[in-house]
Amino acid sequence: MIQTMGLTFLANVDLLDYSGPAWSPYLVGALIGGLSMLTFYFSNKPLGASTAYARVAGMLGNLTAPQHTSRLKYFRDNPPKVGWELMLVLGVMFGAFIAAWSGGELTGRLLPLMWQERFGADSGLLRVVVAFLGGGLMALGARMAGGCTSGHGISGTLQLAVGSWIAAICFFIGGIVTAMLMFA
Amino acid sequence: MSTITDKSQDTTTPQSETHHEAQDENPVSVSGTTKSLALGLLFGIIFGFLLQKGGVAKYHVLIGQLLLEDFTVVKVMLSAVVVGMLGIYSLYRANLVEFHIKPTRLVSNVIGGLLFGCGFALSAYCPGTGAAAVGQGNFDAIAMMAGMVAGSYVFAEASGWISRHLDPIGDKGKLTLMDLLPLGRTAITFGTAALLVVVLIVLELTTTR
Repeated sequence: MIQTMGLTFLANVDLLDYSGPAWSPYLVGALIGGLSMLTFYFSNKPLGASTAYARVAGMLGNLTAPQHTSRLKYFRDNPPKVGWELMLVLGVMFGAFIAAWSGGELTGRLLPLMWQERFGADSGLLRVVVAFLGGGLMALGARMAGGCTSGHGISGTLQLAVGSWIAAICFFIGGIVTAMLMFA
Repeated sequence: MSTITDKSQDTTTPQSETHHEAQDENPVSVSGTTKSLALGLLFGIIFGFLLQKGGVAKYHVLIGQLLLEDFTVVKVMLSAVVVGMLGIYSLYRANLVEFHIKPTRLVSNVIGGLLFGCGFALSAYCPGTGAAAVGQGNFDAIAMMAGMVAGSYVFAEASGWISRHLDPIGDKGKLTLMDLLPLGRTAITFGTAALLVVVLIVLELTTTR
């Protein structure tokens, strides 16, 4: 059934009409693997992105409702502050800007082309709501599972951690089912 | 308690103010913190640059992976895992790094993983690639980043309950494949890396992207 749904979608839009990666995915992957060696060696930390968002959430909580925030278990165990993880995510935004700018791939648009083709050019509000909800679910899931696509999916699996392999496989199961439903 | 001892020390030391300012971090570790932040920023810039060049900040590449029609994401991830696995194993054998294993908690890993996957498909960005997408100019990824912050706070609200009721179910601690298989770290590392290389070769031969 999943196959049929995929094929139905293929009939409408050919994904390969859109631009692919600028560099070979194997090269990029190998370099990210090398980067993870650097973060282990120089920073004694695995690559991971999701924690940064929790730090920001805690800092905003401390600004608006300090007493309540300081009582929450997660923030008691993980005091919110500007740290390595947050700087990493800030760096990611900047690094991606340099890459897109140097490669002439800056998009500067709200609606991704493929979304627009599926949901229409006037679906801006829907896109913002769906992306926000998606981010919310990801944060909830990443904190429950203990990491995200980088923390579990790359850094955890490469250390042969069983929980990371389980989480990473579940990321893709949940993602594949949802994406198939959205684009069926 | 610590403030009392700090104050009693303050009265005896002439540089009481600086001492109070830096009660947790002496000057050496302050510069250590700055260095750590600078390294985080530097590694982030490299990471973001690579994510964008790898195409994984693009909406259709991420959704294409979840629709099983564009395998760029898996190719990037598995290549990173193979190199990182062998590289960090080598650094570990040379006593240059230590491992950072996250605990295996079966129920939390599975439920959290599935929720994450659902959000992954809805936003089509993950926490790292979403930040890269913002840098690339995808304004919808700003909504995803705001959602991540909101979702993190919602999790924190529930964190006490989750740690009492879900985390303990199937809590296996810092479980690794070495605990499951009757083989040593070397054999499992090279065996897993070899297996993943085979998967990559099959993907290269059977997929157009």
